[in-house]
Amino acid sequence: MPLILPLLLAVLLFCLGVYGVLARRNAITILMSFELMLNAVNLNLVAFDAWRLDGLATGQTLAVFVITLAAAEIGLGLAIVLLLFRGHGHVDADTARDLREQPELQENEL
Amino acid sequence: MTTALFSIAGAVAVVAAVVVVTTRRIVHAALWLVVALGAVAGCFGALHAEFVALVQILVYVGAIVVLVLFALMLTKAPTNPLPALTTRRSPFAAVVAGVLFLLLGTGVVIAFGNKKIKPVPAGAAADVGTAVFRVWVLPFEVLSVLLLAALIGAIVLSQRSGKLSEPDETVSSSGKGDD
Repeated sequence: MPLILPLLLAVLLFCLGVYGVLARRNAITILMSFELMLNAVNLNLVAFDAWRLDGLATGQTLAVFVITLAAAEIGLGLAIVLLLFRGHGHVDADTARDLREQPELQENEL
Repeated sequence: MTTALFSIAGAVAVVAAVVVVTTRRIVHAALWLVVALGAVAGCFGALHAEFVALVQILVYVGAIVVLVLFALMLTKAPTNPLPALTTRRSPFAAVVAGVLFLLLGTGVVIAFGNKKIKPVPAGAAADVGTAVFRVWVLPFEVLSVLLLAALIGAIVLSQRSGKLSEPDETVSSSGKGDD
């Protein structure tokens, strides 16, 4: 199998994730796009592991670690989203501007 | 044979991922995410990483997507199509993603364009287990501490604290939990 096939698939999935993060408004869909990006990284790790065959299964081990990190990340992310929903009544990432720097610029930005 | 299997699984993954990032129905996005993640697990299987594929199905499809669906339920996500789910700046986002794809794609093609993956032996969970507990012990332990911290953090964040006096209490309890 050519190595370029999994690598290009990973690039495509990563760019779809980037598009989702930038274009989506709902915070939960942004988190879903993060998952797509992390999957692209895992695909790279596994593909390079199958290419190099170093005998230590380094890529597969790191892929399992990344999956664990993704589980921790989505747990915390969804907790933050629920907190946002409890405080604001919506999960719109564009209007969640509590941490913005200058409140007086809000009219210009909107 | 593996190439054909990988190509089919990869095509399914790409189509499902496109639906995930473009659909107007948010619950459909979560359900198509199952298809995308399962197809990526199939890609792992075609690359002889069966253990990673199983972990992917267990953790992603079994836990993460269920968590996402619960979050959709708790945030009262509507099931009808939402035109406002994608922002007005989505053409710019598409341009950014397209340019990134061109850059990364050309880089990957130039660097690894003529490399081949040799037919690898069937992956075994024993290899990964040996690697985890012989070479990667310290990252493994650090990761377990990180999972504990994420667990405590999620509990603290999702506690219902209606009164003003309670946040101090939760902060102090989280400090004790981290120790």
